[in-house]
Amino acid sequence: MTDSNQGTLPFKPKSKLFEGIGSGIIRVSAFTALIGIFLIFVFIFKEAIPIFTSEAVQETASLDKMVFKQEFREGRDPLWSWAPNSRQPKFSLMPLVLGSIKAAVIAMLFAVPLAVGAAIYSSEFASKRWREFIKPIIEILAGIPSVVLGFFALIVMATVFREVFGFTYRLNAFVAGVALGLAVIPIVFTVAEDAMTSIPQSLRQAALAVGANKWQVSMTMVLPAALPGIAAGVVLGFGRAIGETMIVLMASGNAPLTTASLFDSIRTMSATIASEMGEVVVGSTHYNVLFFIGTLLFIFTFIINLGGDLILRRIKERIQGKVT
Amino acid sequence: MTDMTTPPSAPPRTSTHIKITAETVDFWYGDNHALRDVTLSMGKGKVTALIGPSGCGKSTFLRCLNRMNETIPGTRMTGTVRLDDRDIYNGFGDVSQLRTRVGMVFQKSNPFPKSIFDNVAYGLRVNGIKDRQIITHAVEDTLKKAFLWDEVKDKLSHSAYMLSGGQQQRLCIARALAVRPEVLLMDEPASALDPISTTKIEDLIAELKGSYTIIIVTHNMQQAGRVSDKTAFFYEGKMVEAGETTQIFTNPQEKRTEDYITGRFG
Repeated sequence: MTDSNQGTLPFKPKSKLFEGIGSGIIRVSAFTALIGIFLIFVFIFKEAIPIFTSEAVQETASLDKMVFKQEFREGRDPLWSWAPNSRQPKFSLMPLVLGSIKAAVIAMLFAVPLAVGAAIYSSEFASKRWREFIKPIIEILAGIPSVVLGFFALIVMATVFREVFGFTYRLNAFVAGVALGLAVIPIVFTVAEDAMTSIPQSLRQAALAVGANKWQVSMTMVLPAALPGIAAGVVLGFGRAIGETMIVLMASGNAPLTTASLFDSIRTMSATIASEMGEVVVGSTHYNVLFFIGTLLFIFTFIINLGGDLILRRIKERIQGKVT
Repeated sequence: MTDMTTPPSAPPRTSTHIKITAETVDFWYGDNHALRDVTLSMGKGKVTALIGPSGCGKSTFLRCLNRMNETIPGTRMTGTVRLDDRDIYNGFGDVSQLRTRVGMVFQKSNPFPKSIFDNVAYGLRVNGIKDRQIITHAVEDTLKKAFLWDEVKDKLSHSAYMLSGGQQQRLCIARALAVRPEVLLMDEPASALDPISTTKIEDLIAELKGSYTIIIVTHNMQQAGRVSDKTAFFYEGKMVEAGETTQIFTNPQEKRTEDYITGRFG
């Protein structure tokens, strides 16, 4: 059957030029982002270079001195100490690294179970209306400025926790970690919840049809299937926990201690940069070290994201069967 | 069981030959009255085909038989469904127990993102079987029943998503069979498959018949003719006519059935 109208629509030839410009623009924007990240790294690292090259700087802040315990006074035990402004400046990074790790680990231990639990509830058990109520509210938590969370931790949480747990120090790693957890929850929740709701309904039906109950469907089918997404959320959350500054600055007590206790004050890498960068003498050893801390933070988060990505890929391969 | 449950066009059966009966079933999705006064009995060890145009209620009816419709919020059902003369909606007890006796295969193959082995073992595990030996044995046994064993025996730990579409659907059938149901509900199990895979599914149905009571929804008239013993024609939520498949296809009593079967609408 032929149609007298065939081939009569006024199609226009596609413009090569326009296509070229369009793909050019998006390519440029992709590279701009990449170059931006690269330049940030370069400029931060540039200010840290004297640590590796200048002998004057290395006298107090060599890699060796920043990592290992130092004997500052004859006859005293060697120790890790961050005291950049004392008469004898001490630049050990261990108290700061330990502080960052303590706060981030506490935050994750607090936030991940809550966030994943909330995600399971919202995606698998809550009625549609309830879900539409819960989800935005938890996500609003992400929009609260961290200075507000820090203020809340400083004034309210610290006092309540001291009353309840009897802490010696009002501001400590635990308070900071929990407050940090509040900032991490919405990140983990959102990503995990999206991962779970994106599991097709047909899989839930299949599980129900062989006699699983709702709880079993959630735990033995949806949760394992959503694992890559949940892992991605945890990685993102950890990145936030390591890098977050304001909350820990306000709620941690800011004492650069190297104790094992989770209830002592801590000082994190990020809070150190934030509180000291404003007053440091440009070009001084202290200045160089602060930039070195910035470089370390950059590398830390980079490694965490990279590691998370690798784990993610492994899990996905296992599930989707690209067998190695 | 009374004579009322057997449509007049079908030869009389006694209750020992009947596995499932639905009596005066009405079903609503919200305000949408999807099933109207459906009464149908399905023979033990037989294949019953449900045919009819899209939206006629045949899939809805199928899902009433294992209470799968209950998982959709805002739905309502009246009437009675009996499995071996026991009402499955009132006083049956745990719905998951019902679903291990009345298994289901879906239109689109929907294997879990797990290994082939774990897919088949899933139903056993969620129903409390932990013994590795029992599970391993049951998985092999079931995969053989689903004519899939020879194709997958060397890659049981591989992801189910590595299988072809037809293999995935047979895996889903194996998954349903693993809990040893008495009834197998199939909702257009071959509609998304190529002709060769379709043939394999149909062969499988022929093989399973006798040991299992099978109820299959299909859009494919020839398929209904090939695989089923009894056919029920649904139209606009009503069960128009049911009877021996040969009779429905050669000598339908109702005009609408004839029109549909001969392709005049649908």
